Amino acid sequence: MAHAPREIIIAKNLGFQYVGARKAAIQGIDLSIRENEFILLTGPSGCGKTSLCRCLNGLIPNFYQGEWTGELLVDGLSVTTQLTSELSRKVGYVFQNPENQLFALTVEKDIAFGPENLGLSRQEIRQRVDEAMNVTGTLPLKDLAPYELSGGQQQRVALAGVLAMKPSVIVLDEPTSFLDPRTAEEIMRATDDLRRELGLTIVVVEHRLDLVSRYAERIIVMDGGKIVADGDLEETLDEKFDLLQGLGVGVPRVSLLWTMLRRDGLVSGKVPTHLESAAASLQGMMNQ
Amino acid sequence: MITLDRVSYTYRSGQRALTDIDLNLEGGDFIAIMGENGAGKTTLAKHLNGLLKPSQGRVLVDGEDTRKASVAKLSRKVGLVFQNPDHLLFSETVRDEVAFGLKNFGFAPDVVDKQVERTLEALGLSEYTDTSPFLLSGGERKRVALAAILATEPDYLILDEPTIGQDYQQKERLRNFILQLYSQGKAVVMITHDVEFVAESNPKVILLSQGRIVARGPADSVLSKDELVKKASLVRPQMSRLFSELTNYGFPSDVIDVHRARLLLEEKLSEAKVRVAQNS
Repeated sequence: MAHAPREIIIAKNLGFQYVGARKAAIQGIDLSIRENEFILLTGPSGCGKTSLCRCLNGLIPNFYQGEWTGELLVDGLSVTTQLTSELSRKVGYVFQNPENQLFALTVEKDIAFGPENLGLSRQEIRQRVDEAMNVTGTLPLKDLAPYELSGGQQQRVALAGVLAMKPSVIVLDEPTSFLDPRTAEEIMRATDDLRRELGLTIVVVEHRLDLVSRYAERIIVMDGGKIVADGDLEETLDEKFDLLQGLGVGVPRVSLLWTMLRRDGLVSGKVPTHLESAAASLQGMMNQ
Repeated sequence: MITLDRVSYTYRSGQRALTDIDLNLEGGDFIAIMGENGAGKTTLAKHLNGLLKPSQGRVLVDGEDTRKASVAKLSRKVGLVFQNPDHLLFSETVRDEVAFGLKNFGFAPDVVDKQVERTLEALGLSEYTDTSPFLLSGGERKRVALAAILATEPDYLILDEPTIGQDYQQKERLRNFILQLYSQGKAVVMITHDVEFVAESNPKVILLSQGRIVARGPADSVLSKDELVKKASLVRPQMSRLFSELTNYGFPSDVIDVHRARLLLEEKLSEAKVRVAQNS
């Protein structure tokens, strides 16, 4: 029997309240994420998903002041006692707006910034930068300034900069919001390819499930700072559709259509998460 | 009315951003400007309130050429809500943020208070009245930026990517709000690549690609055409893609929203059910 992949993120009763805030941003979070998982983290605006992500790479509690409770281990390191510089090697963070992340004069220098600050040898830096540019398809852009790039290219460069740190986990916080739909799909596909090729663990924060439902096997839903659902994406959509819909999660339109028709008594069976499966079921029924 | 008359715009770098744009915008209009990253959508929006002046052609706001009018004066008529809220927010509390524009326009304090309260309530932000905008989430900050502009009640409202970072409920709220505005006779322009939001709101769509208008028309006729949509680096709404798989069953080719899809399918599936019952 193949042994289960090891746990890379473990949270026990994790909570955090920002200074000046009236209530906790997150509370009572119990979580275990295994290596190489692709996780969709979602929930209504203000539910605490970004705060949870900030904990994963130590931005909380190291850069945001507030009250911390519970325990969080990332790749065996405790977030509260570890230096942020150590954590940032383990957990890479891609922000919603790549403009906020890129700052060097050229793409290549931007990608090299992280590894240069790790005090690595020139050769090692060179190698990491080349590798990161190769896998993200940013090599042709290396001499351009980040501001000359399109949003999709910028987001690839941000991803490359994170990869050059050789993290085990990459957190992407609404990484495609600023991108047009085609580019958004491309970035999600590229992210999943990296997960497969490099054995990374991926956490994507996203409102639009249809963009990620092809890749993510597991969904974690938050509301009011707590986890309210955590499980297999397809099963969760089927069993907890009303909960998700009620929370304002952007359920795939085909799933919504299916639940409406199911309520009408016109279809039965599991809620489809992709277009293809919905189309096939409907065709089958109309052929009868 | 805002009129764009053969507007072209070239950046100082020599890069052409807009070519020959003709557009009329009047009260009661609801228009979505869609297109790929870099298509010129935001550049176009900035022409509507005079932040940018055309290199060629002209923009008239209620008859006044934007090259001659001050941005301050135009901003009373045309409210532009930027994509990134952090470019706009600077006050210590949400209340101050939303009151800022109103105070600048010289409204009396009690009018300002009332208007702030009303707008915050309409956008579901009342509980944050005394909170710092910087303690709010990205989606919430975006709504504060929107509230700050809405409170001044511009005749023309330009929203640059209003749905980014908003969950489904907030989008619903936004949709209702927009509906209310244009039924009151305001004009609403939304720049977006959120095809599902557009599919369910059914505005007129202007499709922009490489600085040119490549299509315009009702959302269902534009967004159901694969070739057009691809050209603008968009994807068709999921319902449109689903119904492409079902063309053999006699469905119309311009279904883009889930409610119409449901009605059409209910009919067909009921027929199929009757057939099955009869045969057995």
